[in-house]
Amino acid sequence: MIYREAGDFKTSYQADSQTFPIKFDRYGYYLVLFAAFLVVPFVIDDYWVNSVFLPFLIYAIAAIGLNILVGYCGQVSLGTGGFMAVGAYACYKLMTAFPDVNIFFLVIVSGAITAVVGALFGLPSLRIKGFYLAVATLAAQFFLVWLFNRVPWFYNYSASGQISAPERTVFGVPVTGAETSAWAPYMFCLVFVFLSAIVARNLTRGSVGRKWMAIRDMDIAAEIIGVDPLKAKLSAFAVSSFFVGIAGALFFGVYLGAIEVGEAFGIDKSFLVLFMVIIGGLGSIFGSFAGAAFLVLLPVLLKNTLVGGLGWPTDLAAHLELVIVGALIIVFLVAEPHGIAQLWRVTKQKLRLWPFPH
Amino acid sequence: MNQMTEQSYVTEDGRTIGGTLMEMRNISLRFGGVKAITDISFDIREGEIRAIIGPNGAGKSSMLNVISGFYVPQEGEVWFRGEKRPPMRPFEVARQGIARTFQNIALFEGMTVLDNVMTGRLNHMTTGLFSQAIWKGKAEAEELQNREVAEKTIDFLEIQHIRKTPVSRLPYGLKKRVELARALAAQPSLLLLDEPMAGMNVEEKEDMSRFILDVNDEFGTTIALIEHDMGVVMDLSDRVVVMDYGKKIGDGSPDEVRNNQAVIDAYLGVAHD
Repeated sequence: MIYREAGDFKTSYQADSQTFPIKFDRYGYYLVLFAAFLVVPFVIDDYWVNSVFLPFLIYAIAAIGLNILVGYCGQVSLGTGGFMAVGAYACYKLMTAFPDVNIFFLVIVSGAITAVVGALFGLPSLRIKGFYLAVATLAAQFFLVWLFNRVPWFYNYSASGQISAPERTVFGVPVTGAETSAWAPYMFCLVFVFLSAIVARNLTRGSVGRKWMAIRDMDIAAEIIGVDPLKAKLSAFAVSSFFVGIAGALFFGVYLGAIEVGEAFGIDKSFLVLFMVIIGGLGSIFGSFAGAAFLVLLPVLLKNTLVGGLGWPTDLAAHLELVIVGALIIVFLVAEPHGIAQLWRVTKQKLRLWPFPH
Repeated sequence: MNQMTEQSYVTEDGRTIGGTLMEMRNISLRFGGVKAITDISFDIREGEIRAIIGPNGAGKSSMLNVISGFYVPQEGEVWFRGEKRPPMRPFEVARQGIARTFQNIALFEGMTVLDNVMTGRLNHMTTGLFSQAIWKGKAEAEELQNREVAEKTIDFLEIQHIRKTPVSRLPYGLKKRVELARALAAQPSLLLLDEPMAGMNVEEKEDMSRFILDVNDEFGTTIALIEHDMGVVMDLSDRVVVMDYGKKIGDGSPDEVRNNQAVIDAYLGVAHD
């Protein structure tokens, strides 16, 4: 009854095209921001940060990135893991080469480096589509992981072949390394998530986003209205990889601290992020968050109920998780191809009419 | 047939037809051994409604595809605004101010009507990726400015009520209108319509005819159209090109064409000895 736009008249195109046109949504958004920035940091502990919040935030950035490519521009990519690795290794090399530069900027530069690599591997998209493109990006995935494994320069010739993040601070507070308090890495990632979501929203609402969606929906018609497919596709690959690279840098630097590339950024990572995008909702920023939350929280929930609550063995719970995720993906593809975001939209539509649906 | 008179003249209903906007010179197009178009020349003058008609398979759509850059003819030249056009990709042609609609609707199904019409404005939107990312300032100003034009087009074609509806949910007739809106939003100097009335009922055809005349009248947009409905073509157009088997068999005013023996033969058939 309170959720409706009646009486909320828009008198300018600016007001009409705002992100949350319904007042109730707008206040909800402010509330979430308030909670995320001013409540959560004071109440979380290490467990919550490491098992829920950090992976959720970081995967949300990766999912936003992949959603721009797959959901908005319609170019399938299975190279997300590889591009995250690029971000991670770029961040590592930058951290060790420029110890005095603030980590915040290094993460952004890592994203930019990944954008260049992503655009490079996006070149085949100009010739091939669909499954064939997916296979081409799969090549990127395997090549990049192989590269970081085999070329010692990337891991600074360390004996183990691993890379580990040295301690870096923001405003004197350590955000990477072993000596971090729970809230600092959380806030660091939150700022990136916040900025990424806003930038992604801005890019998808304007002319650039329309070019991507035009290419997605019908590339011939897109060309006839003046969209240069080369520029549109490559910019989608670059922007997508930029976000994925930032996610990779944070995943390595802030979340894990030390990684071995094949383990952290293997093909399963590519699929995980792709599933997030599919389950969350293709072509929706909110969907990227929903998908990331879903696939991060589900294992935690299952583990706590099955292992903690029912006392089942850990390996059984782990396998059950795979079964459930697999089944859910099939269910979503069949029943709701537009994912959680669409369910959310339908709910909102119903809510607007409630309690008088006719 | 009228020689290339460069003077402008005024039609009976008071519209001014200017000089040559586009000229096709000896166009030939082949697909392997199939000759789609053989040595066709005609011109399109500024401000006129030019129809291309002919039986099925005459090469009309191929001709339109040559104009919009999908096909590159093996022989012949395309002249636009007094300049010979080098081989171009379709998006470069669009940037010259040539917009078109398709025989089978080619809208962006995943987007709303408004977004579809806004895509027609893409050629007029120039802010880069970084301004777009920041949004506030340049990108937003540009968006609002172009929204204004898009809304005018929406208003003009009377589709305000479906502005926020996803295109995939619209009926056929409205989709055709949205496609016209998208092409119009680009404010083209030449508008190509590929069978704008195919599959419509009488009422929808009348609406569409009215829109085409209004567009031509109000914005002075030059229109080249392909249509099968003879009544519509003869009513709307200033001059008609008739094609058959890839060749031009007639060119002139509707009346001239109607009385042209070759055209009558092509349409009604002729006894072969």
